[in-house]
Amino acid sequence: MTFAETKIADAFSIYGETIGSRLLLGTSQYPSPDTLRRSVEVSGAEIVTVSLRRESSGDGKTGQRFFDLLKSFGARVLPNTAGCHTAREAITTAHMAREVFETDWIKLEVIANDDTLQPDVFGLVDAAEKLTRDGFKVLPYCTEDLSVAQRLVGAGCQVLMPWAAPIGSARGLMNPYGLKTLRAFYPDMPLIVDAGLGAPSHAALALEMGYDGVLINTAVAKAADSVAMAVAFAKAVEAGRMAYWSGIMPPRDMASPSSPVAGLALL
Amino acid sequence: MAKIDIIGAGAAGMWQAFILSRRGHKVTLYDPAGTPSQNCASGCAGGMLGSYCEGEPGHEEARDLGLEAMEIWKEHYPHLKLNGTLVVASPRDVADLQRFAAVTQGHTRVGVDEISALEPALEDRFRDGLFYKDEGHIEPFVALEYFIREAAAAGAKLVAEAWEETDADVVVDCRGLAARDHLKTLRGVRGERVVVDCPGVTLSRPVRMTHPRIPFYIVPWSNNQFMIGTTAIESDDRGPATLRSVTEIMAAAYALIPALGEARIAFMDADVRPSFPDNAPRIIIGKTQSGRPRLYVNGLFRHGFLLSPILAKITADYIESGVKAPGVLLEDHGEW
Repeated sequence: MTFAETKIADAFSIYGETIGSRLLLGTSQYPSPDTLRRSVEVSGAEIVTVSLRRESSGDGKTGQRFFDLLKSFGARVLPNTAGCHTAREAITTAHMAREVFETDWIKLEVIANDDTLQPDVFGLVDAAEKLTRDGFKVLPYCTEDLSVAQRLVGAGCQVLMPWAAPIGSARGLMNPYGLKTLRAFYPDMPLIVDAGLGAPSHAALALEMGYDGVLINTAVAKAADSVAMAVAFAKAVEAGRMAYWSGIMPPRDMASPSSPVAGLALL
Repeated sequence: MAKIDIIGAGAAGMWQAFILSRRGHKVTLYDPAGTPSQNCASGCAGGMLGSYCEGEPGHEEARDLGLEAMEIWKEHYPHLKLNGTLVVASPRDVADLQRFAAVTQGHTRVGVDEISALEPALEDRFRDGLFYKDEGHIEPFVALEYFIREAAAAGAKLVAEAWEETDADVVVDCRGLAARDHLKTLRGVRGERVVVDCPGVTLSRPVRMTHPRIPFYIVPWSNNQFMIGTTAIESDDRGPATLRSVTEIMAAAYALIPALGEARIAFMDADVRPSFPDNAPRIIIGKTQSGRPRLYVNGLFRHGFLLSPILAKITADYIESGVKAPGVLLEDHGEW
C-alpha cells in the first residue's frame, strides 16, 4: 500500500459516517468570515462546529446568513450547545439546531462553571440520555473521567470528546495518564480531544496516543495568522496519526547506540 | 462642481456630505429617518477612534485606513479627544494581554504606577496594561449633529425623505445594511451596549479590558456618562439587547471600576453593523437605474466613525479626478 492509499484507508467513522480528516475546526472568534473560510479550506477539516446559541439571538433565524456561509464550505456542520448550563437548555438548543442545520448530530456541551468551562457531567449524562431517546446522535464534550465515559456510553453515545484542558486555555494535555487510560479502556470507540489545545504539538501528542482526532478553535482563530496556523495543525495531526500507526519507540532508561560498537579499530 | 445625492445620514453619509459640500459640490443628503438619521448603526456606536486597537490580524486594512482617517478627524473636528486608549487585563488574563500586544502596534507597556497615573479611577488594581497614545474618541451623536450642521452651512441640502432618482451626476449610497437589496454579501454583526450615568467616576480615555469571554470597553462621554460595550455576534437581529449580553458587559465594567456599581443605567440598546465577508470597508462603483454612477460606501463593520472621513476623501477624489484607491474603491462585477 502506498502512503496515499494508507491515508485513505486510515479514515475513521463517527455514527457510521466516514470522516477523512482527523482535524475538526470550531468556527467562532475568527477575524472575519473570509478568514474562517480560508482556514477551513486549508485545514482540510471535514467537520466544523458552530454554536447555535450565540449566533441566534432573537427569533433563531437572524444568524441564518452566517449559517449559510458555514454550509457553503462543503464540510459537515456540527452544531453545539455551547453556553448551556443545564440539561434542559442543552436539549432545547439541540432541537433548534436539528431544525436549523437539518442534522441529528449534536455536540453536547453542558457547562458547570463559566470560569473553567468545565463540563457539568451530571447534566451531560442526563441530556445525552434524553437526546439519544429523541433520535439524536450525541457527541459529548466530557472530561477524561472513566465513570462519566461509561455513563455516556450507557446513554447511547458512540463517540466521546474528552477535554485536554479548559476550553480556550491552550494548556495542552493536562492529564495524559487519564487520556491514555480512556483510550485503553475504549480501544474501538472514536475518541476526539475537544478542548484546551494551544500548539500543534499538543494535537500531535493526542494523535500519537491513539486519539482519533482533535477539535481546535481558539488556537487557530486567535493566531496572528489563522490560515497558516490551520495548516500547522493539519500537518501536526497528520504527523501524529502517522506516528501512531508507524509504531513509536518507547522511551528507555539507558542509551542504545545506533551504530555497532563491536569491531572498532584498536588504535 | 458636481450635483451629488447622498443616501443615508449615518456616520458614512454625514462625512460624505461634509467633505463633498466643503469641496464646493451641490450636495443633497437624504434619509427618511431624519438628518442625522435616528435609525442607523452609527447611532449605537461607542465613538472610539481606535486605529491601532482595531488593527488585530485580519484587519490591517482598517488599521491603515484608520491612521489616515485620524489625520482628517484632527483637521476637521474641534471636539475630538486625543487622550489615547488604555488596555488592561486582570492578573489571570495576562496571557490575553500578551497576545493583544503581540498582534497590535502603536502601544507601550504600562505598569501599575503608569496605569493609575493615566486613570486614577483604576487605582492600583491592574498591574499590566498597554497604552495606545495616538488614539482618540468622540461622542457619536454630538459628532453626527456637528457634521450635519457644518455640511448644511457649506450648502448641503438635508431632506428627511426616502431618495428617488433625480438628475444628480453621482449618487453616493451610504445606507449600511439597507443596501443589501443591491449588495448581496453584506451581513449584520450585532452589537449591544449600555450607557450609564455615574457622576463619581472620571475617565480621560476609552479603557478596554482583555478577557477570554467578554472583551469589552468603556468610553467616557460628557455629562458623566459612560458607554459600555459591546458584543459582536454574527446576527442580523436588531432587537433589544439581551439580558445575557448586558449582564456580561455590566459585570465586566463593575470588575474594571467597582464604583460603577452605583451608576444609573441611562439606556441600553443594540444594532447591527454592516459588514462584508472579510470585514473590510469598500466603495463599490455601480450604476443607478438611469445609468448614472452610484458609489456604494459600505461594510464599515466596527469602524463606522473611525473610517468614514477617509472613505469620504477617497470618494471625493474619485468623483473629481477619477483617482482609484486600490483595494478600497472597486468596480462592481456583481460579486458583492
